[in-house]
Amino acid sequence: MSREEPLLVIEGLMKRFGALHALDGLSLHVSAGEILGLVGPNGSGKTTAINAISGIFRPDAGQVRLAGRRIERLPSHRIVHLGINRTFQIPKCFLSLTVRQNVEVALAYGRAVAPRNAEELLEWVELLPHAERPASELNSAQQKLLDLARALATSPRLLLVDELAAGLNPAEMERVAGKLKELARRGLALLVVEHHMSFIDAITDRVIVMNAGREIFEGVLAEAVRDEKVVEVYLGGAHAA
Amino acid sequence: MRRLKKDLLLVVGPLVLVMAALPAVYSNRLLLFNFIVFATLAQGINVIYGFTGYLPFGYVGFFGAGAYGFSLLVMHLHAPPLVALGGGAVAAALLALLLSPLLRLSGAYFAIASLAAALALMHAVSNPELEAITRGPYEVSLSGVFSPRAAYAAALAVLAGSVALVVWLRHSRFGLALQAMRDDPISARMAGIDVVRARVTAWMLSAVIAGLIGGTFAWYISVFYAETVFSGQFTTFAIVFALFGGTATAAGPLLGVAFLYGVYNAIGISTPQYFQLIYGALIMALLLFLPDGLASLLRRRGVHVP
Repeated sequence: MSREEPLLVIEGLMKRFGALHALDGLSLHVSAGEILGLVGPNGSGKTTAINAISGIFRPDAGQVRLAGRRIERLPSHRIVHLGINRTFQIPKCFLSLTVRQNVEVALAYGRAVAPRNAEELLEWVELLPHAERPASELNSAQQKLLDLARALATSPRLLLVDELAAGLNPAEMERVAGKLKELARRGLALLVVEHHMSFIDAITDRVIVMNAGREIFEGVLAEAVRDEKVVEVYLGGAHAA
Repeated sequence: MRRLKKDLLLVVGPLVLVMAALPAVYSNRLLLFNFIVFATLAQGINVIYGFTGYLPFGYVGFFGAGAYGFSLLVMHLHAPPLVALGGGAVAAALLALLLSPLLRLSGAYFAIASLAAALALMHAVSNPELEAITRGPYEVSLSGVFSPRAAYAAALAVLAGSVALVVWLRHSRFGLALQAMRDDPISARMAGIDVVRARVTAWMLSAVIAGLIGGTFAWYISVFYAETVFSGQFTTFAIVFALFGGTATAAGPLLGVAFLYGVYNAIGISTPQYFQLIYGALIMALLLFLPDGLASLLRRRGVHVP
């Protein structure tokens, strides 16, 4: 638990759903200012990892440490107060509230250390012109950005991004990539789950490839595609080597 | 905050004035009193259903707990009525706390579990073995504190308080948090809201409203049975009135009660033989064509509904 420990450290994280080992001893770390990509085939445990880190459910075993502090048994709102937030694969906005209220409620309850105002956040995700409309009237790309603004309203130190690029067109994807890189430049640590390899390639410093609930590769994406085990889980045994 | 004060003046002010003045010009006091009771219960349903999405079919349990809490203090401790009303509120709050694990359920499961709890409480209270304490299945008589005028004033104060609470919820960050939780509880947690605590708080506020009005109801009628104050009709009416008017607004449930309870009494007097037919058709038509209640008619025209 030294001071030099990376911002987020995960060790031996386990989560079982009945007979399924969704997480089977996952270990990883992310530092401030770094974008770590988390990739892997469907069902490899990427979203489960994000759910366990953000306290949506408790891991069965293992540790999650934020700046040296163990958080794996805390309820989500406490984890949010300590500086972690996330977006959802399918955006989960407060649909009956206005776009502005979606951000305001997180500003009011997030206990942000350096609170920003709703205008600034909505401007940043380009939703300010829609501030007074109900969130239900936004299209899905806009809802994803609103989800991101809600997460940023609590001024997280670590942002978990679950498939933000899915369903975006190339131009939107490029804009979002730029925004995530800007967040990392501001010093946030980002853990990005994504299927779009070009998106991952454009923004990440390092990737972790997961299979069956644990990491099988860690390094840069260019090396991952040459890694025997990675090729095997993506393409099946016959194509390996 | 200015909007909060404006809405308070706009809704609570006229309501109190009208309901305080009406007994002088309209002789059916019981009808007026019942109007206050239903309007208050509709606001209580509004707090828990309108703002959090939990619909308690057993809401009357809190009303009955309030009535008995009030009566026990009057019968056994000879407490003055206003103190006994506090007892009614405490009884309802304790019951809400006891039932708070039900909030882990959702939708129909929650609705039915709360109904079962209310029925269980009624049968416990009316158990003949408890005659020495609750009077069991026999009548509770509070003739010593009988004072319809004072009970009416107290009920009106409870109504005003519950409407003010809803107006506050409409403008406060707590009310916003409740609505966020209703839309998406997981996302609400990621907004930093302690969802469990906020939900239990809303549940208890809703219960205290029913407990206080249940206490004034016992005070007003002064002679009643367990079946009277645990009657499912209170829940049904409160839910129907709140939905009819429009939930998550302060004015909606008041409109609902004024309109539906007015029609209810009008048909009951003019054509009692068609009463249930007309009333049922009216409610069905509203739910089919105006699912967000009367308030949505105004909102669609751009009118601000407090």
